Amino acid sequence: MMKGLKKWRLFSLLAVLTVFLAGCGQEELSTLLPAGQVGKDQFNLLLLSSGIMLLVIIVVVAIYLIALLRFRRSKLGEDHIPEQVEGSHTLELVWTIIPILLILLLAVPTVYYTYKLGDVSAMGAVDDEGNPENLVVDVTAKLYWWEFEYPDLGIVTAQELVVPTDEKVYFNLLAADVKHSFWIPAVGGKMDTNVENVNKFYLKFDKDSTDLKDGVFYGKCAELCGPSHALMDFKVKTMPRADFDKWVAAMQSTKDEQVVANPQGEEVFEASCIYCHANSGAGESGAQGPNLATFGDRNRIAGYMDHTKENLIEWIKDPQEHKPGNTMPAFKDQLSDEELDALAEYLMGLSVEK
Amino acid sequence: MSSVAQKKGFGATLWDWLTTVDHKKIGILYFLGGGFFFVVGGIEAMLIRWQLHKPNNDFVSAGLFNDLITMHGTTMIFLAAMPILFGFMNAIVPLQIGARDVAFPFINSLGFWMFFFGGLFLNISWIYGEVPDAGWTSYASLSLASPGHGIDFYAIGLQIAGGGTLMAGINFLVTIINMRAPGMTYMRMPLFTWTTFVASAMILFAFPPLTVGLFFLTFDRMFGGNFFHHAMGGNTIIWEHIFWIFGHPEVYILILPAFGIFSEIFSTFSRKRLFGYPSMVFATVLIGFLGFMVWAHHMFTVGLGPTANAIFAVATMAIAVPTGVKIFNWLLTMWGGSIKVTTPMLYALGFIPSFVMGGVTGVMQGAAPLDYQLHDSYFIVAHFHYVIVGGVVLAILAATHYWWPKMFGTMLHEGLGKVTFVFFFIGFHMTFLIQHWLGFWGMPRRVWTFMDGQGWNMANFISTIGAILMAVGVIVLVINIIITSVKNVRVSNDPWGDGRTLEWAIESPPVFYNFPTTPLVRGLDTVWIEKMEGNEAGYTAAEPVKDIHMPNGSIIPLFMSLGLFVAGFGAMFRTETSWGLPVLIIGLAFTFVCMSARSLIDDTGYYIKKDELLRDMKRKGGQA
Repeated sequence: MMKGLKKWRLFSLLAVLTVFLAGCGQEELSTLLPAGQVGKDQFNLLLLSSGIMLLVIIVVVAIYLIALLRFRRSKLGEDHIPEQVEGSHTLELVWTIIPILLILLLAVPTVYYTYKLGDVSAMGAVDDEGNPENLVVDVTAKLYWWEFEYPDLGIVTAQELVVPTDEKVYFNLLAADVKHSFWIPAVGGKMDTNVENVNKFYLKFDKDSTDLKDGVFYGKCAELCGPSHALMDFKVKTMPRADFDKWVAAMQSTKDEQVVANPQGEEVFEASCIYCHANSGAGESGAQGPNLATFGDRNRIAGYMDHTKENLIEWIKDPQEHKPGNTMPAFKDQLSDEELDALAEYLMGLSVEK
Repeated sequence: MSSVAQKKGFGATLWDWLTTVDHKKIGILYFLGGGFFFVVGGIEAMLIRWQLHKPNNDFVSAGLFNDLITMHGTTMIFLAAMPILFGFMNAIVPLQIGARDVAFPFINSLGFWMFFFGGLFLNISWIYGEVPDAGWTSYASLSLASPGHGIDFYAIGLQIAGGGTLMAGINFLVTIINMRAPGMTYMRMPLFTWTTFVASAMILFAFPPLTVGLFFLTFDRMFGGNFFHHAMGGNTIIWEHIFWIFGHPEVYILILPAFGIFSEIFSTFSRKRLFGYPSMVFATVLIGFLGFMVWAHHMFTVGLGPTANAIFAVATMAIAVPTGVKIFNWLLTMWGGSIKVTTPMLYALGFIPSFVMGGVTGVMQGAAPLDYQLHDSYFIVAHFHYVIVGGVVLAILAATHYWWPKMFGTMLHEGLGKVTFVFFFIGFHMTFLIQHWLGFWGMPRRVWTFMDGQGWNMANFISTIGAILMAVGVIVLVINIIITSVKNVRVSNDPWGDGRTLEWAIESPPVFYNFPTTPLVRGLDTVWIEKMEGNEAGYTAAEPVKDIHMPNGSIIPLFMSLGLFVAGFGAMFRTETSWGLPVLIIGLAFTFVCMSARSLIDDTGYYIKKDELLRDMKRKGGQA
């Protein structure tokens, strides 16, 4: 009976906490509404640690308030000389041992999850026929955009990561210029993209992103990387495995056939853009600029501006104005308004989903 | 100030302050210098918050914003918090241990001037127009890529200021070990002295890594080194380790003296001996020790692997235990006491809940897997401001009110002090509490703007309003200082009436030789013991009145620092101008000449004669 009562108390405390903590934030980027196993594990740890810490705060504040109310000089009189107590070994032992126990209570799951989330041993696993068992994505962070290569599938994309739901997706993380950090708040904690070594971790996406506000999860760069650090956003599209396979096939086919929404735009592209940007999704990472094969499917221009033709033209004219410190040159003097218009129409037409 | 000094003209007074080796004056210099930079850093903070008060704001540009955050952090840590704490250490610690000065008065002065010129060097970057912009952590890949001279200002400015800090730390160590009055055993030292002692020991071990790191950075940027160039075989992660091996202890170097200040205040205004004094001392030492074992918790997302992360996670959580011991000891000091809510006590009372909040969020981030979410988000911004503002800055404000009469001989106005507290305290929680949630909601730190539609608008707006309230509090404090300085009502030895430690047994401000006779210390809270036994004077002399040996002032510390300051510009412009190299050499040579002068010319100081001391004491009607 007593035990049940205690459990009930703990449960209600956690329930109150859950409401308190999860009451806010937006589904596409809040760590409090985790949409994947990694994020959920971390959220559980957040609930546990918040619970323990709330307990500590309540005890401290209670003693504090009682002491403050009971032992005021205005009550005790100006001449009152309190007893000069030296200390109490019993009390001191109590407030040493109880915190140690509380810390242990938190330390055990911490160590457990540290190893669980750090386990990338299945990354290179292959089945009997030599096919990789898990999806691996190579992420390269560049000033100020993200490149996503699927090495086993022979495709590459940028700015919008596309992944299947309900399976572990493994990531190789690297930065091409300065250090960045790869973070999808709603799905799981971040990991840095260092310049000299590849970091590995995994995430699991449990929710189809089509129901979200913009149809995508938000990704962020979490490490200061220069003037446009704040604008180094990316987006994540999650879909069931079958849809993902279709997307992969469509990406692979961009090598051979592509939608050309505006032939003049294609000419402009091949004359001015193709030195840095690929328009085919089949290939490897290492490009100067983001791969544009799925440009028409994207959610934002340059990672953060509304996905309109006007914004695209503005961007091409003068990228520095919108994203200071990026490496794309300005085209306002090279391209006429007509060419820009055609180019924008061509780019907005590049799609594998439509 | 001695009667002789008061008759001087402006030029002589200025010369006196430039050449002073008196720990009380150097304390005031540190306080003023740190106070100035505190205001500069505060203005930077206000600009940051104003930029972020609404989405897509273009009040400052992206580049300028990075300049602001870098300089705000660097200024507040190195040029405001540390120097102001050094100011209190200088002004108070020698008094608390019954000494006439620090062990090395000359080096004390050198430490101040190096801090001052280092800070000046760093801030000249604003005038030059190329400002450090890689964050106060200045992570290597970004700091090497940063164009212009911004990071050079950072590397050289901090090198000069850091050298001063190291000297100050060593000086306090030696002072506290060697210069305690008869009877002042280690376990009778006031807690502020103890925390100064441990913080100084931490400086001794934490600042050399910073020095080395900054040299690496300087060589990489200015002399073609490749310590961090990964393409040339260097490694950027090394910088992160070096920086945090310094950087984490640095946090404790700041917070331990703050703990000391609050220990004094709780005890004084509860009219009660500090509860569990030995365990407080032990906790201080333990925190100092563990502070060196946890640096990698700043690097959980760097990819050190699960084993390293797990070890550092558990070590980090362990620090909560001695810190908790301290909190409960303070609570039990109040328990059964006679609490008088003066302005300093008000800050101490505000400190407990604020710091506990900062502490528990620290433990949460110590849980490595959870930190993967919280790291580099606004949660961490909230956390370290709860610790540094809720701990260190509240301590600085408390100490300012508490020791102001001892340092300047007049009280700050209590009413205005409480007004400052109310604005600052409410503003502080308003600014930073909501930032925990901004972190939960996915907002990364160090972003110069944010897009609309991410649910962050209201929280950022609230945060900015809070920052304005804090600024109002600081402005009230400045007004308070001006008004009370103009009125200049002189106060007695123990203006609070409840002083327990030796600084309250002598005049406010003390005469330049502090104690006419070295005091005899008869226990912890020696002044309290004397007062309880009816000795209103507050201390018993350990020796008869006799001649006192005092050091001479010197301009050499200022010149030595000036040489380094000049050399810094030479190093920075060496490759692009013809004058760079000569200036570098001349500056360093000038410093070496000054050092030689100091070594070769014997300065044996002077004696204050017994007659003069007796005359002083008679005039003040004290006991002979």
